[in-house]
Amino acid sequence: MFLDPSEYGTNDFLQILKQRRPDLIHSPASIVVSAPRLEADHYLEGTTILAIIYADGVIIAGDRQATAGFQVGERRVQKVYEVDIHSAIAIAGVAGPCIEMAKLFQTQVEFYEKIEGTRLSLEGKASYLSNMLKTNLPMAMQGLIVIPIFAGYDSKHQSGRIFKYDITGGRYEEEDYYAEGSGGKDARSALKKLYRPGMSQGDALNAVLHALWDAADEDLGTAGPDLLRNIYPTVHIIDQSGISEANSETIKSFYTDLFQTLVQG
Amino acid sequence: MPSPYYVSPEQIMQDKSEFVHKGIDQAKEVIVLEYKNGIVLVAENPLSTVFKISEIYDRIGFAATGLYREYESLRFVGIRDAEIKGLTYTRQDVTAKWLTNVYSQYIGSIFWQMDAKPLEVELLVCEVSEDATQPNNIYHISFDGTFWEEQSSAVIGGRSDEIAQILEETFQTGLALPEAINLAAETFATIENSVDEVDRYNISPETLEVAVLDRHQNRRKFRRLTTEEVAEISF
Repeated sequence: MFLDPSEYGTNDFLQILKQRRPDLIHSPASIVVSAPRLEADHYLEGTTILAIIYADGVIIAGDRQATAGFQVGERRVQKVYEVDIHSAIAIAGVAGPCIEMAKLFQTQVEFYEKIEGTRLSLEGKASYLSNMLKTNLPMAMQGLIVIPIFAGYDSKHQSGRIFKYDITGGRYEEEDYYAEGSGGKDARSALKKLYRPGMSQGDALNAVLHALWDAADEDLGTAGPDLLRNIYPTVHIIDQSGISEANSETIKSFYTDLFQTLVQG
Repeated sequence: MPSPYYVSPEQIMQDKSEFVHKGIDQAKEVIVLEYKNGIVLVAENPLSTVFKISEIYDRIGFAATGLYREYESLRFVGIRDAEIKGLTYTRQDVTAKWLTNVYSQYIGSIFWQMDAKPLEVELLVCEVSEDATQPNNIYHISFDGTFWEEQSSAVIGGRSDEIAQILEETFQTGLALPEAINLAAETFATIENSVDEVDRYNISPETLEVAVLDRHQNRRKFRRLTTEEVAEISF
């Protein structure tokens, strides 16, 4: 039989994968807890991701570099993923499990929407992500850390919202802005100075790009805009009408102007 | 111990077919038409949250008629297996042809099981091609698991033959979306007008369920039209 009646109606796609295709997901049980902790610099790590709330919604962004120890691991990594038309996830930590979790989370949210014929609430999504992190805890203890920021437009609250997480799945809501990753502290300092409640989308974008620059300037694990290779941070803007990616030309001209100002003093 | 009576396989299959026909000959119809930007799916359905048309995966849509409980579980299986296939390989590898085979095997195996009730369903699995120069795919799956490809338009439900006959004369390729939706609505109205007034089913934006597979949309081509949107287009 293709369908066990007890299976019908579940809107939890990960549960289905665990039963039908456990080979497609990392299983915490398969990692021996007593094994020595894996050294972080064998993996891709080092990041700045951030989100900021503005008048009509929220902006979520991340740099593009993955680091392996003192080496550049990858220059074009994507750290911000669209989840559905009203939310996105940004990830910090070890690249493999991070990308996997973002992909599975997106699949789960879409699966729910298709099965139920209605969208999961923003808090419902945030809470599901929390459960995924909880399941990941044994892997996190081995050094395979995933720390996401989840942001979206909440139609019920009619505003943008930001959720941050710890490795145990703890979920905390931020009212204004947040940044995570090795350059997170520098980005937060920049956002702290630039954030204003109810700021416009343009001002918020400005703050985001400034914060990413400050993080890249101070943190070895975060890449700045790469004018040579035309690689720029990923920036997604979410409001009532949906999600869109900021134009790379806009970002490029912002940084060209910034550098000119910095050179001229 | 007395041996069971012998009944020929032909007899059993004929009985099963008759049984299923009794059910699905009453089923309300779904019309699927190609239009300029893809495929439009239109169903007679007065319910606003219980659907006959659904999104399965990026380019693939699903339309069903018959017993809701049965096609709902087929819809679930389709979405589930499509997501699993997409994760195992890539999203591009999930196709209507593959899904049609899955359904065909599933429905067929139940039909041929001696002690099982056959499924009282009829399905259309549609895939819009991202490239306008390439053909779309529409597969028609019958209650016994047999399936065939449809060109440009397809109908499932009790009076599908009559509707197909009307469409043969009225359908044209390259319709704009409002034209295609209107054509489907008018066809439903024509069919309903041939019914006694007592049993007649009123066709209005509230009683139509409409969705499109629009190749110009991003990854997910499926979009459900609201009653307001349908009302603006037709009537």
